[in-house]
Amino acid sequence: MKRFAELFCALDQTTRTNEKVALLERYFRETPPADAAWALRFLCGRLLPRAVPTRNLWRWTAEEAQLPDWLLAECYDAVGDMAETIALLLPESQQGTTLPLAEIVEQRLVPLRELPERARRDLLRRTWRELNSKQRLVWNKLITGDFRIGVARTLVIRALAAAAQVDPAIMAHRVMGSWSPTSADYLRLIAPVSAYLSELAQPYPFFLASPLEIKIKRGENLSALGSIDDWFAEWKWDGIRAQLIRRGGESLIWSRGDEMVTEAFPEVVEASQMLPDGTVLDGEILAWHGEGPMPFSKLQRRLGRKQVAGKTRSDFPVVFVAYDVLELDGTDLRAQPLESRRQQLEVLIQRAAAQFNQAEPRRVLDAGETPMFPGLEFTCDDHGAPGPPAFPIRLSPLVPACSWEELTRYQQQARQRGVEGLMLKARRSPYGVGRQRGDWWKWKVDPFVIDAVLICAQFGHGRRASLYTDYTFGLWHNGELVPVAKAYSGLTDEEIRQVDSFVRTHTLEKFGPVRAVKPVHVFELAFEAVQASTRHKSGLAVRFPRMNRWRHDKKPEEADTLDSLRSLAGLEKQGR
Amino acid sequence: MLLESTERGLFCAAGDFYIDPWQPVARAVITHGHSDHARPGSRHYLAEETGKLILQSRLGPEISIQTLRYGETVLLNGVRLSLHPAGHVLGSAQVRLEHQGEVWVVSGDYKLEADGTCAPFEPVSCHAFVTESTFALPIYRWRPQAEIFREINDWWRANQEMKRTSVLLCYALGKAQRILAGLDSTIGPLFLHGATERFLPAYRQAGVTFPATAKSDAQNVRSAGGAGLVLAPVSADNSPWLRKFGELSVAFASGWMQLRGPRRRRALDRGFVLSDHADWDGLNQTIQATGAELVWVTHGYTSQLVRYLRETGRRADAVDTRFEGELEAEIEKAPGSPNVADAEGA
Repeated sequence: MKRFAELFCALDQTTRTNEKVALLERYFRETPPADAAWALRFLCGRLLPRAVPTRNLWRWTAEEAQLPDWLLAECYDAVGDMAETIALLLPESQQGTTLPLAEIVEQRLVPLRELPERARRDLLRRTWRELNSKQRLVWNKLITGDFRIGVARTLVIRALAAAAQVDPAIMAHRVMGSWSPTSADYLRLIAPVSAYLSELAQPYPFFLASPLEIKIKRGENLSALGSIDDWFAEWKWDGIRAQLIRRGGESLIWSRGDEMVTEAFPEVVEASQMLPDGTVLDGEILAWHGEGPMPFSKLQRRLGRKQVAGKTRSDFPVVFVAYDVLELDGTDLRAQPLESRRQQLEVLIQRAAAQFNQAEPRRVLDAGETPMFPGLEFTCDDHGAPGPPAFPIRLSPLVPACSWEELTRYQQQARQRGVEGLMLKARRSPYGVGRQRGDWWKWKVDPFVIDAVLICAQFGHGRRASLYTDYTFGLWHNGELVPVAKAYSGLTDEEIRQVDSFVRTHTLEKFGPVRAVKPVHVFELAFEAVQASTRHKSGLAVRFPRMNRWRHDKKPEEADTLDSLRSLAGLEKQGR
Repeated sequence: MLLESTERGLFCAAGDFYIDPWQPVARAVITHGHSDHARPGSRHYLAEETGKLILQSRLGPEISIQTLRYGETVLLNGVRLSLHPAGHVLGSAQVRLEHQGEVWVVSGDYKLEADGTCAPFEPVSCHAFVTESTFALPIYRWRPQAEIFREINDWWRANQEMKRTSVLLCYALGKAQRILAGLDSTIGPLFLHGATERFLPAYRQAGVTFPATAKSDAQNVRSAGGAGLVLAPVSADNSPWLRKFGELSVAFASGWMQLRGPRRRRALDRGFVLSDHADWDGLNQTIQATGAELVWVTHGYTSQLVRYLRETGRRADAVDTRFEGELEAEIEKAPGSPNVADAEGA
């Protein structure tokens, strides 16, 4: 625990990537495997569920610190981090524990959740008293299940790879697979390459696209990317990015968040039996109805449950839209050009669909229906009839544009099709690791924008603690400003400082931590979608709002009205 | 009431003067030279003797200023006024007022731990106490400065080993001098930015001694080969001026560094928790020690401290101020531009 807490503080005290990696590397080299295994798990962001309800944690802190509850709430408001607040409030303690991390986790943290309330309080108190202030911060972070420390997982993997003298790409692959925080598994993770047996269940690290640079899309200057013939364009689906793994007669689905989501999508698992052994596909899981994708919110209904009931399954049917094949016949294809992988993917899905269709009757498209995504049908079209295929593993069609101009038109129609935009992938691109710029770009539809007035502000969290960074915005309706959105992101640090100082000097009223401010400043808000909502006073809910820019040129009375937002919602509905 | 809270600041009607007014008035009693307390434009100023040079440097050499030594008394229209050490910066004073048997004390900003660069804080008993509350939350509890200086010295040595110049950002008035006097100057050469050098004469005149320093120009600093420490104002962070020094480690010494959030948001290499204000325990101890029946709270976490005092059985009220002590002071005065707001001295 001592070593881990010191690592935590040292990482927290540097902003230099190389130093962070060096600290981690030294930690992995010097720490016994049982402790390092837990540390790796936490550093990768895989935490144990919250061990103590928040309410109890505050109550017991109040008892230890002998302070009233409301004062604790004020402190939390200023710190913006529960674990840190509690560590600062507990009475001073110097000595600290020498118990190893594994023992603290296995004999304190894990049992904590199981104990009856009294025993739980006693164990927590005893632990607090044994730890020094650095250790308490780390311990509190572990019990509250929030362990973000500003170290990207790729850095952790790079450090572990260096400590183990294993290639970082291989280490990324290993860490992404399933392992338990035990000495044995940790030793396997850091074993030399020859001694390591690939687990059948392991996915490959995902290759991620970068947002298309503004200068390219703004000037309609796509030709900077070269000839369109060097690129594949695909729809950018609004679903769950996933790898479908078929190995050793078993199927698994991993989401990009490294979660195994196999149980949530049984129809995909059933269909995957048509795939040959030793296949890994990269694609998107979508809720699909008739001719197009359903909104993401419908897909969410399928998540977070162990068993999918028949009704949920028939109300929100899903498909796996494949856009890449990473492994075929047990061979890693990632170094091959996309063009070649795509060819193999087409053949693979065609065969699997044909096999599937022999066993299952297919729904035929009603007369007059036109497919929204021409190209999807060929996955099963061995009879010549158009129609949505019943086989739930499909090929993500290419967008059939012959010129950049034509592609731009498709991009502009994306919202009507219920997709987020386009993906551009270089035909010659290998399948990389993580976000590497140049070969894969995402070109999202332009967001909706609206000019709204800043009406309330509240402290942020983490590095924005004690700074007014969380804002509420209003639009005009019957001469009043009605709150429509909360936004936290999009301003520069300098702008945040200006707003912060404005809030402090122009507060009209305080409601707990929220300050109502003089309605003076207008901001352009961007958001992805707007829908009717009964949960909001305005009757509308906007998706992913953020601040595009500060409209210094606009007076508050020139901001937009609630009606103008409503009409955007109308457009949105027509489009779907 | 001997004092009242007005639009221009705290006003004593019986004596016809203001304390730390934020708008020009006829007579202003000033607790200390930070720009949220000493504002320009008043006709006459009254302050503590050792702070005179600071005020003249801040508000202009031509101001009309009268000074008192700590403990010395004057009568202003029948109000007995004296100044007492606040331990915050050189010349910082608590203002004690006595009129018809009633005693009020206005703390200004204060710190309990003695630092050797200004007269140490002394509690003054009174009926009514006007206290600051910059750090009036129990998350703010300071460790002894000896520990903090050890951390700073260790950081400096570690940077030297990596041939990286140490840059310590701090408020130019008070903190800079305290650090200069507290550092282990045998570690390496010390360099001062103009803003941190500016108030040294006032301190020297008051008898404070400092180690030898040099001007922080690029040639001086670079010739030390990463062994030196540069004391610079907060405004120098991320400036082109800093980039001339080669490889750096940048730290900030302030009470605000108690929280990880403010430190991380500045992307600093280190934050040292060194404050010139009283912490939570210091504020409560002081209030206790004054024996005051009535407490007015200003400059900071006012509503929180008021509520806490009331719940622990005291009469307490919030007093408005134009300046909020919780404000993370960002802007420091550039040398030679007398009217820019600068360090609030946290």
